[in-house]
Amino acid sequence: MENWQTKKTYIKKFSEEDCAVYTQNLSVFYGGTIQKLFDVSLGFKKNTITALIGASGSGKSTFLRSLNRMNDQVARVDGKIMFHDLDVNQKKINVYELRKAIGMVFQKPNPFPKSIRENIVYALKANGQQDKQKLDQIVEESLRAAALWDEVKDKLDKSALALSGGQQQRLCIARAIALKPEILLLDEPASALDPVSTAKLEDTLKQLRKKYTMVMVTHNMQQASRISEYTAFFHLGHALEYDTTTNIFTNPQGEITERYIQGSFG
Amino acid sequence: MAKKEQDLQEVVEQAIAQQKVPHVKFKGINPRNIDIARLTKPSKETRQERWGKGLTALAIVLIGLLIVAIIGFVGMHGLATFFTDKVNIFQFLFSTDWNPGAGPKHVGAAAMIVTSFAVTLLAAMIATPFAIAVALFMTEYESGKRANLLQSVMELLVGIPSVVYGFLGLTVIVPAVRTIFGGTGFGILTATLILFVMVLPTITSLTVDAFKAVPKELRKSSAALGATRWQTIFHVVLRAARARIMTAIIFGMARAFGEALAVQMAIGNAVLMPYNLVSPAATLTSQLTSQMGNTVMGTLPNNALWSLALLLLIMSLVFNFLVHLIGKKS
Repeated sequence: MENWQTKKTYIKKFSEEDCAVYTQNLSVFYGGTIQKLFDVSLGFKKNTITALIGASGSGKSTFLRSLNRMNDQVARVDGKIMFHDLDVNQKKINVYELRKAIGMVFQKPNPFPKSIRENIVYALKANGQQDKQKLDQIVEESLRAAALWDEVKDKLDKSALALSGGQQQRLCIARAIALKPEILLLDEPASALDPVSTAKLEDTLKQLRKKYTMVMVTHNMQQASRISEYTAFFHLGHALEYDTTTNIFTNPQGEITERYIQGSFG
Repeated sequence: MAKKEQDLQEVVEQAIAQQKVPHVKFKGINPRNIDIARLTKPSKETRQERWGKGLTALAIVLIGLLIVAIIGFVGMHGLATFFTDKVNIFQFLFSTDWNPGAGPKHVGAAAMIVTSFAVTLLAAMIATPFAIAVALFMTEYESGKRANLLQSVMELLVGIPSVVYGFLGLTVIVPAVRTIFGGTGFGILTATLILFVMVLPTITSLTVDAFKAVPKELRKSSAALGATRWQTIFHVVLRAARARIMTAIIFGMARAFGEALAVQMAIGNAVLMPYNLVSPAATLTSQLTSQMGNTVMGTLPNNALWSLALLLLIMSLVFNFLVHLIGKKS
């Protein structure tokens, strides 16, 4: 493990048209000098789920957060993030619009202390959408897409905090979907959930794959193998290996990847 | 069995060797012989426990007695107005005729009650927007040195004795109000402006706590939905902190309601129903401070003042009750 830096990386390349978003030499620095991510170039294929795996501190979450500029306040991000032939890692980019196109769901379910309906329409209303009928329609559509509609349709005006953890997390997904994004970034979306809720969440994600491109950080390797088509392995700020999930889990190229998959560290 | 154990030992040793984990071998420590007799006898520890519990219980009992004594004393004298001097309680609450020296028909505190509530509500209404703005600045926009500086300034405002505020008000605000609005310069407006400065730090620091208690994740997920910082503050942070901001305002109101000295110096001390914001008036507290030296214990004028004190005590209980109610609801 000592001389891992000299080891080869194995990164699968997609053509630019196939990618919903791709990065070129993305590096992240905290506090000006501490580098947490080193020249990561990954592309994410449209309508797939890509899992980012790696030990804690490997930079996978940092990478994920950079994709919709959530690191702006805390870190310096160098390199390119290409989205629709546009480098969105530039000062002139309107991050508010970008985040509506690249949504994000966090580790801990965190609905706003509002009703279920208001949780979903919040961003739309802030955006100037006022038409009640349209909003109601979006509420239903996004809740259906997040497989939550049947469970909450009778209590849309009740507080979202009364929902279970799994329901709250699916509400957070519905909330992101309501903005009609192309890409959903998921930062360990199931790590705070029990197995039953996790299974439901995974079902939901599988359903959403038809319409959205998803990039998911996960610590749970079974989860990665269950629902993702592609998997990227991060190690100490480097993307070491990126391939189909099947290949990563059955025939990893790199030694470190293999040892991580087998569970001998991390 | 033996083979299994051997295998396990091997696996463990291998894992330790591979991961290069520094490990400690436990060799020299063994279970000691337990003295069963000691299990049923008190020891130093049990005596310490009893002592500690006893000391805290004693303190509680003493403080409890003190509180009961205060409430009892104020209650006894305050109620004497109604039971000994036969003043009608409705007359006390709703009549504006305040001249206890002239007999039980002239004990009406309505003017003071109205004035007390007026200065309290007005001061809270002016202070709250400023407090929220300052608190937002300190938590949402600045968090480093400048926020700390602001915090110290606010703490300084709390530390200034109320007589200084009153003196400042008397010297600066009274003439200013007189020049701008006419009249004597004494009145509800002047008292309100002084109280505004006095309750501002209370409301601000509690509102800062309210904003700090809003989870960071809510702000992050709001930003991830493409909301600007202002939208996040307005629709998420303020919403989530609503109950605690209400609590902050009530604490501020409790302080304004109970403030005596500064108000007494600026309000004019005329027990009259205020007909505008610059007419001289009197609050429950200002009347109490200005008159308590002028009455004889046990007489009606003295008992009437105790009734005012009882009313203040009841109001502070109401404020506390409101705070609990809001805390429970949220």
